[in-house]
Amino acid sequence: MNMWPLLGIAVVVVGLPLRIHPVLVVTAAALVTGAAARIEAVALLAMLGRGFLKNRYLLLFALTLPVIGVLERRGLKEHAQRWIVGIKAATPARLLLAYFVVRQAAATLGLTSLGGHAQTVRPLLAPMTEAAAESAHGPLPERSRQRLKAFAAGTDNIALFFGEDLFLAFGAVLLISSFYRDSGLVLEPLQIALWGIPTAIAALAIHGVRILRLERRLAAEASRASDDLAPRSTP
Amino acid sequence: MIGLAHVYYALGALLAWVAWQALRDPRPGLGWRRATNGAFWGVLAALFLLGDLLPEAVAGLAVLALAALAGFGGVGYRTPARPSPEDEARAASSAAALGHRLLLPVLVIPLGTLAGAVGLSRVAFGGRALLDPTHATLVSLGLACALALALALRLTRERVPIAIVEARRLLDAIGWAALLPILLATLGGVFTQAEVGTAVAELVKRTIPMDHRVVAVLAYGGGMTLLTMIMGNAFAAFPVMTAGVGLPLLVKLHGADPAALGAIGMLTGYCGTLMTPMAANFNIVPVALLNLPDQYAVIKAQLATAIPLFFANLLLMYFLAFR
Repeated sequence: MNMWPLLGIAVVVVGLPLRIHPVLVVTAAALVTGAAARIEAVALLAMLGRGFLKNRYLLLFALTLPVIGVLERRGLKEHAQRWIVGIKAATPARLLLAYFVVRQAAATLGLTSLGGHAQTVRPLLAPMTEAAAESAHGPLPERSRQRLKAFAAGTDNIALFFGEDLFLAFGAVLLISSFYRDSGLVLEPLQIALWGIPTAIAALAIHGVRILRLERRLAAEASRASDDLAPRSTP
Repeated sequence: MIGLAHVYYALGALLAWVAWQALRDPRPGLGWRRATNGAFWGVLAALFLLGDLLPEAVAGLAVLALAALAGFGGVGYRTPARPSPEDEARAASSAAALGHRLLLPVLVIPLGTLAGAVGLSRVAFGGRALLDPTHATLVSLGLACALALALALRLTRERVPIAIVEARRLLDAIGWAALLPILLATLGGVFTQAEVGTAVAELVKRTIPMDHRVVAVLAYGGGMTLLTMIMGNAFAAFPVMTAGVGLPLLVKLHGADPAALGAIGMLTGYCGTLMTPMAANFNIVPVALLNLPDQYAVIKAQLATAIPLFFANLLLMYFLAFR
């Protein structure tokens, strides 16, 4: 069999760590793979065009941007932050855990569009977690703040991935069952979806522990930051 | 019938307006960035507006042009726009005045999408469906965004051009990361055509002796994760690894339960999705949306969940597939 198309993978594996622009790496990988598989230039261009047009839907999240933009201009972040600071019981860990559980549960019911980086993480979850952290522990250094925002985005991803796989009509379950059907094994989607439950619980447990540990770490970083700011009385 | 094409036209029109703004950007000292930013959003708009009319090879050339504009640094601005003191004052006073009402349009997007996908997808007039049934969710997302925008504009008494200016601010922050998810999905298609996955599975089979169950489980789970990291998508890795290793070795030779193996195998692949920049819409787009300086910040935040979960999946696969 022709092993040369693996060169495309090599382009990615070498290119990304070298910090070459990801768009260039990916484009070069597509061209190298096509050439190595002896696809003609015009056919390769057509393949790129067809692939792009077929996958255009991945940019549809941009339709939410005018809505989010207008609301941000009129104080969506400020309102969300003020609201969360007003709730005395709100800590970043409780907020992230609650978001995780709701997002994962909604995803198991197929409600995957109930969150997302443009719709909820940027305008709500990240600023609210940040405000809750600063109101519970005091001002945070810039690095911890950035880490907290990235953590909020990761929490959305993990809750989504390990929830949606339990939904019967979700692509993954259907893909698995149709793959097996093509190979002569008939399995009900329910049989497959149920086996996702142990991993969903493991994801909740592992990420839950990390969220709780993050809280302790934030408290330590905030107190260190305020120590640095406190005036020192030197004799 | 409202179909996916109409939603694409709406996004195309938004992008065209953004391109026009980029070309006419009044800020001083932008130089050629006006032209490159305008060209990037303009070509992207054309692919949404005219995509179905263009010959595929011409669309391919347009994709290469987009990649060149983005890859050689033509997209985005040296100094990102920061909120001015007036912007901050307006946001603070308006937040106090509008309160929880600001959250309503945010909720309309998911709930409207859901209602549309469940409710409107069955509505028909004279035998013609209102929504294209094969893309009901995406079409509903488009309709829900339109509804949410109307509500947001009504609540804030802002006008449509302001919404476009604000959308452009966010799109500029995302910049080339907007292109990457589509480009990666395209690369996945080229990989599939060139049978890259089959070659990987072949390589795994040739190099790893799989007479023992444990080794076979490790090879299948590790292969799913690695191939997902390379392709950026567990859906692309699953058929390749399961046809190459899962079915012939684990199911047929060692007698694994295919349902448990497939479900947990797919989720092992998802651990790879959490660790790769190739899954750009999950791992790179949020970095841009949150203005984080480290391109891999989200991946780093996910590693300490993804790695233990990977091992948990291997154990689950071993014990549940061989009960």
